[in-house]
Amino acid sequence: MKKFIGLAAGAAVALVAGAGAVQAQGQSTLDAVKAKGFVQCGANGSVVGFGAPDSKGEWKGLDVDVCRAVAAAIFGDASKVRYTPLTAQQRFTAIQSGEVDLLVRNTTWTLQRDTALGLDFVGVNFYDGQGFMVPKKLGVKSAKELGGATVCVQPGTTTELNLADYFRANKIDFKPVVIEKLEENVAVYLAGRCDVFTTDVSGLASVRSTQLPVPADHLILPEVISKEPLGPAVRHGDNRWGDVVRWSFFAMLEAEEYGLTSKNIDEHMNSPNPGIQRFVGLTGDYGKMLGLDNKWSYNIIKQVGNYAESYERNVVPLGIERGINKLWKDGGLMYAPPLR
Amino acid sequence: MATNLQATVRRRPPPTHRLSLNDPVVRAVIYQIVVVGGVLLLAWYLIHNTLANLETRKIATGFAFLQREAGFAIGESLIEFAPADTYLKALIVGVLNTLRVAVVGIVLATILGTFLGIARLSRNWLLAKAASVYVEFMRNIPLLLQLFFWYVVITESLSGPREAVNLMPGVYLSNRGFRFPTPVDHPVFSYMFVALLLGVVASIFVSRWAKRRQEATGAQFPTISASIGLVLGLPLLVFLLAGAPLTMDWPTLRGFNFVGGASLTPEFVALLVGLVTYTAAFIAEIVRSGILAVSKGQWEAAGALGLRRSLILRNVVLPQAMRVIVPPMTSQYLNITKNSSLAVAIGYPDLVSIANTTLNQTWQAIEGIALIMAVYLTVSLSISAFMNWYNKHIALVER
Repeated sequence: MKKFIGLAAGAAVALVAGAGAVQAQGQSTLDAVKAKGFVQCGANGSVVGFGAPDSKGEWKGLDVDVCRAVAAAIFGDASKVRYTPLTAQQRFTAIQSGEVDLLVRNTTWTLQRDTALGLDFVGVNFYDGQGFMVPKKLGVKSAKELGGATVCVQPGTTTELNLADYFRANKIDFKPVVIEKLEENVAVYLAGRCDVFTTDVSGLASVRSTQLPVPADHLILPEVISKEPLGPAVRHGDNRWGDVVRWSFFAMLEAEEYGLTSKNIDEHMNSPNPGIQRFVGLTGDYGKMLGLDNKWSYNIIKQVGNYAESYERNVVPLGIERGINKLWKDGGLMYAPPLR
Repeated sequence: MATNLQATVRRRPPPTHRLSLNDPVVRAVIYQIVVVGGVLLLAWYLIHNTLANLETRKIATGFAFLQREAGFAIGESLIEFAPADTYLKALIVGVLNTLRVAVVGIVLATILGTFLGIARLSRNWLLAKAASVYVEFMRNIPLLLQLFFWYVVITESLSGPREAVNLMPGVYLSNRGFRFPTPVDHPVFSYMFVALLLGVVASIFVSRWAKRRQEATGAQFPTISASIGLVLGLPLLVFLLAGAPLTMDWPTLRGFNFVGGASLTPEFVALLVGLVTYTAAFIAEIVRSGILAVSKGQWEAAGALGLRRSLILRNVVLPQAMRVIVPPMTSQYLNITKNSSLAVAIGYPDLVSIANTTLNQTWQAIEGIALIMAVYLTVSLSISAFMNWYNKHIALVER
């Protein structure tokens, strides 16, 4: 009888736990995040400049700053983030299953991911494109000369498909070597098993400046073979949470447009500019509309900085210029809808 | 009440089962119903919950994706594969790659393991100690680590294709793999294949006839050399009769890599070497235990007949040892097959690697994992079935 009771109790616990999980689906992630007191953020872990811990174990990067901005907006404290390093293959399961609240892991926005994978992309925090890196001693100057080359690539990415598409379109053949971990890929490329390493140009620049012993020996070829709009993603259907993430990122762009930085925002607290008054929360109830404190955008800029500061801090050291990631008024693609 | 109790006591054993939890038979039935019911309920709950969650997250289900264009390339394949082919074909390529490494690995590990097992029992001290050091060393290091080791050894120690080591004319060794020339296909090859099959069949008949004759008359027949002659000689004869139409496809360096011939890639070699050397250590122990299980009297009796030690081992001891060896050997063969899925770590495109890519591109994770499980289950059960048949075949015939 004891056994039977144990079994029944086990089954009951399983059912209740299951029911709890289903219920959590109905509730907005925003409430769940507020309740637990931190944002669980799915990040890369290997790509320096976008999402990786530094030598002191502190997470840094352009993607990481989006997570920190969301935490600053909700809690007024940018440090209330916990990070889950994810491989290209694990990332979608992690966000779908609720293991992370937010996925900011240089993930390309595509139609399939927006629909069949059950995600919602809330914006683009880096406009990227896929490129090739080769050792200079091969003497290759263009991707068109890569016929018969062996190419190292990570699986489970748009990279793998773009690679096959590009070579097919140009009627040249290649051999892929598909290895899951980025570090393994780089090691194999360095050993000369592959002639070419391919990923997004930002990733190539990051690898070249942080993981190769002599960065100057390697050349990133001029061809950019794809559009890779990288952005934060949330679970499909959770619109309130999606709004919070979307506007936390837009606030960083908006602040750059107004010239607000982490250094000078306190001086602008009494600014006569109505746009800035709205931004720092003096007028309007924009925080309330998002379900946040009216100081939300002030906190983001005070603690994380605007988009330009984040870019300068994280991406410029890799040797990547702002380029198309400039604000729209400077000739780039970064554009935030009006914050009003 | 009292009379009733007395009646029960007097009337034993009770002829009918009462419907009470005190009755062990009733209890057993109820427990089983509860357990089966619980398992079914849990299964139903899991399936229902999964489907409901997939529905709410708008994730498509079904196997329709198998007919869609794969769009990715595969590094090595036994059949022609291009990115324009379907996911189904990509997965078949993966299954073939898994089978290729598993079959070659099983054969090589058996040979190496048997030699090591015999060597451990050798009267040569150095050989015996070397074999036991090997066994203890290999089986106490995780296989994944060994695979990384072999892969690094191969890719780091060999130079690029432009500085490839030219072992003999047309044979090159570089970090792109082991490149060798292959004969260009010719119609006569299919006739040679038929001749080869004929040779195999003929040599089976010859060995049966030789055995019968030896049992009847005692006269020995050189079965082994006759079989080799038949198996190799018949195709060769066909080849020579056809006028020896042999042209070789020589590897040549063009651009980044060699073109022509065939190659063994570093990924395949690393995986094969890792699986073989690791599993051979376990097989060696199985072989050793099998030999030790044969009673000493068998050695002595055969020795008394004047047989050499190698003959005793081959004709007296090993056939008996096989009965102990075969059952645990089955699980080692299954291990090789299943461990080949570690290929994903070193970039060999086996089933798991390709299925991973597929389920990442299509997001049909449940279907993808189900396919992987189905394939491994089929392969493993086939190996088990074959080994069980073989075990019965060599089992002691009791008269």
